[in-house]
Amino acid sequence: MTAAVVTLAPPPPRRHGVRAGTPAIYFVAFVVIALMLGPVLYIILGGFRSNSQITTNPAGLPDPWVFTNYIEVLTADTFWILVTNSTIVAVATTVGVIVLGLMASYVLARYRFRARGALYALFAAGLMFPITVAITPLYIVVRNMGLINSLGGVILPQIAFALPTTIIILVPFLRAIPDEIEEAAFIDGCSRLGFFWRMVLPLAVPGVITVGILAFIGSWNSYLLPLFLLNDNANFTLPLGVQAFSSQYSVDTAKVLAFTSLSMIPALAFFSLFERRIVGGLTGAVKG
Amino acid sequence: MHTSETPKTDDRPETDLAQRTGGGDTPPPATPRRRQRGLGWSGRFEVAVLVGPALIFFIGFVIFPVIMAAYYGFFNWHGYGPAIDFVGLKNYVTILTDPDFQEALGHNAFILVMSIVLQGPVALLLALLLNRKMRGQSIIRVLIFVPYVIAEVVVGTGFSLMLATNGALNGLLDNLGLSALTRDWLADPALAIWTLMAILTWKYVGFAVILFLAGLQGIPEELYEAAAIDGATYWQIQRRITIPLLGPTLRIWAFLSIIGALQLFDLVYIIWGQYISGVAGTSTMATYMVSNGRNAGNFGYGSAVAVVIFLISLTVALIYQRFVLRRDTAGALTERNTR
Repeated sequence: MTAAVVTLAPPPPRRHGVRAGTPAIYFVAFVVIALMLGPVLYIILGGFRSNSQITTNPAGLPDPWVFTNYIEVLTADTFWILVTNSTIVAVATTVGVIVLGLMASYVLARYRFRARGALYALFAAGLMFPITVAITPLYIVVRNMGLINSLGGVILPQIAFALPTTIIILVPFLRAIPDEIEEAAFIDGCSRLGFFWRMVLPLAVPGVITVGILAFIGSWNSYLLPLFLLNDNANFTLPLGVQAFSSQYSVDTAKVLAFTSLSMIPALAFFSLFERRIVGGLTGAVKG
Repeated sequence: MHTSETPKTDDRPETDLAQRTGGGDTPPPATPRRRQRGLGWSGRFEVAVLVGPALIFFIGFVIFPVIMAAYYGFFNWHGYGPAIDFVGLKNYVTILTDPDFQEALGHNAFILVMSIVLQGPVALLLALLLNRKMRGQSIIRVLIFVPYVIAEVVVGTGFSLMLATNGALNGLLDNLGLSALTRDWLADPALAIWTLMAILTWKYVGFAVILFLAGLQGIPEELYEAAAIDGATYWQIQRRITIPLLGPTLRIWAFLSIIGALQLFDLVYIIWGQYISGVAGTSTMATYMVSNGRNAGNFGYGSAVAVVIFLISLTVALIYQRFVLRRDTAGALTERNTR
C-alpha cells in the first residue's frame, strides 16, 4: 500500500472531473447540503421562535424573531457552569493526551528495542476496547479512587482512552522526520532527549494539533463516561446538561433548542478553524 | 547482550521503509557499527520514563477494567463490598438466553449490515461528486462533515424534537400537502430502526466521505488521463480504476463502521431512553448492558454483558482482519512480524 507514507500537511486537492460542474451536479450538491444542514438549522432557528410558533407550525421559520430564549439561556448560570466544566475537562484531557501521547509515540517511532512492536500492538489494540466495554468496571475503579462526581474522574480515563488514536496518528508522523536530521543532531552532541526537545517537538506541531483537536472534540462531545461518573448537576458537562435541561424544560421546546444550539458552538468553531488539520490527520491515520 | 557503550543513531529497520513505500529494492544494509540490537542502560531508562506514564494510564484505565469485567462477570455482585457470590457461567447463560439480549444483538447485526450497505454507496457517490471540479467545493466538504462534529446529545435532542409526532418533519409534510406520509417516526416499531439508520447515516456519512476523498487523492492522475485517452466513459473509469484503487480505504472504513455498529450506544440511549428502546425495537447490546447492569444496580451482570460485547466485537474484528484487511494492515498492526 503505497499510500502509507504520511504527509506532514494535507496534500493539495487534485481534481479530475470530466469537466467543470454541470447544473445537475450543482443540484445534487445543493440537495445534499440541504439534507446535512437542515437539522442543524432547525435547531438554531427553532431557538429564535416562540413555543406557540413551534406548536402551530412545527416546520416554519421564526416570525417574528424571538431573542428571549437565547438571552435567557446566556444570562442564567446553568449554561456557563456547564461550559466551564466542559472546558476544564476538554482542555485537561487534550493537554494530558498530547503530553503522554507524544512521549510514548517518540519512543515507539524512533527508539529501537525488543518490546517495541509488542508495545505498539498493545496501544493499537486499544482501538478494540471502546469505552462501552470497560465502562462498568471503570466506574468501580474510579469510585475506588474517590473520584466519582469530580471532573478529575472523567479526565483521567478520557486521557487513557484517547491514547490509542493519538499514538497511531503520531507514530508515523514522528517516523517521517528524516533520519539525517537526527544524525546531524547527534553529531553535534545532542542527546536523544535533547533531540526530542529541540527538534521533534517543533517538527511535530502539525500532528500535535491534529490529535489535540480530535481529543478536544471527543471530550467536548463525550456522553457515556460523564453519564456514569457524574451525578451532581454542579459537575455536569455540556452533553449531560443538555439532556438534563431538555427533560427539565420539556414543555419549553424553544428554550431547549436555544440551549442545544449554543452548546454546539465551541465544537463547531474549533472544527471550522482546524478543518484541514483534522481531515489531514484522519487521512494519515487511516493510511498509515 | 546489550553492551554498547553509548546510545547510537536509531536505525529503523529497512523492512519498514521498504514495505511502507511498496518498493522492492531494499536500501543497502547499515554498517555493522550502527546496527545496534538494543539500547544501553540510559536508553532503557529513557524508554521507561517516556512510555511509562502513557502505559500506566492505558493499563490502569483501559486494560485493567476490561480484565476486571471478565472477573466480575462470574459473580452476582451489586457493586459494593468484595465480590463473593460466585455464580460461574450463570450470568452468561442468562444473557445468551434472554430474548431481550437476542433482540438487541439482532438490531446490532441489522445496523452493522445496513451501515455498510447504505452509507458505503452514498458516501462513495458523494466523494466522487465532490472530487469533481466545481465552485464552492471546499466549503461543501466542510459542511458535509458538520454532523460528524456535533455531539451525539445535540443530534439526539434535535432529532427527538424534529421527529416527534407533532414535530417538524410531520409539520413539513403537512405544509407540503403530504399529510398521508406523516408517521410516528420514533415510536412505531416497524419504522423506528429505519429512523435510527437514517440518523446514523446523516451523522456518520461525512466521515466516510472525508476518508474516501483522501483515498481518491492517492490515485495517480495519469491513470485517469490514460483511460480518458482510450475513450473510457466517466462511469467506466470510476468502476475500473477508482473503486478498485480505493479498496484499502473502503476496507478500513468498513472496519471502523463495523466496530462502531457493534458498540452503538449514545444516540439510541439519548433518543429512545433505556426503556422505550426495547419497545421501539432499537435497543442495542450496549443499551441492554447499561439498563440491566448499572441502572439495575447489577454490576456483575453488566460486566458479563460487556465481556460478551467485547468477545463478539473481537471475533468479528479478527475475522475481518484475517480475510479482508490482511494485506492492507501488514506493517501497521502486524508490525511485529515484519521486524
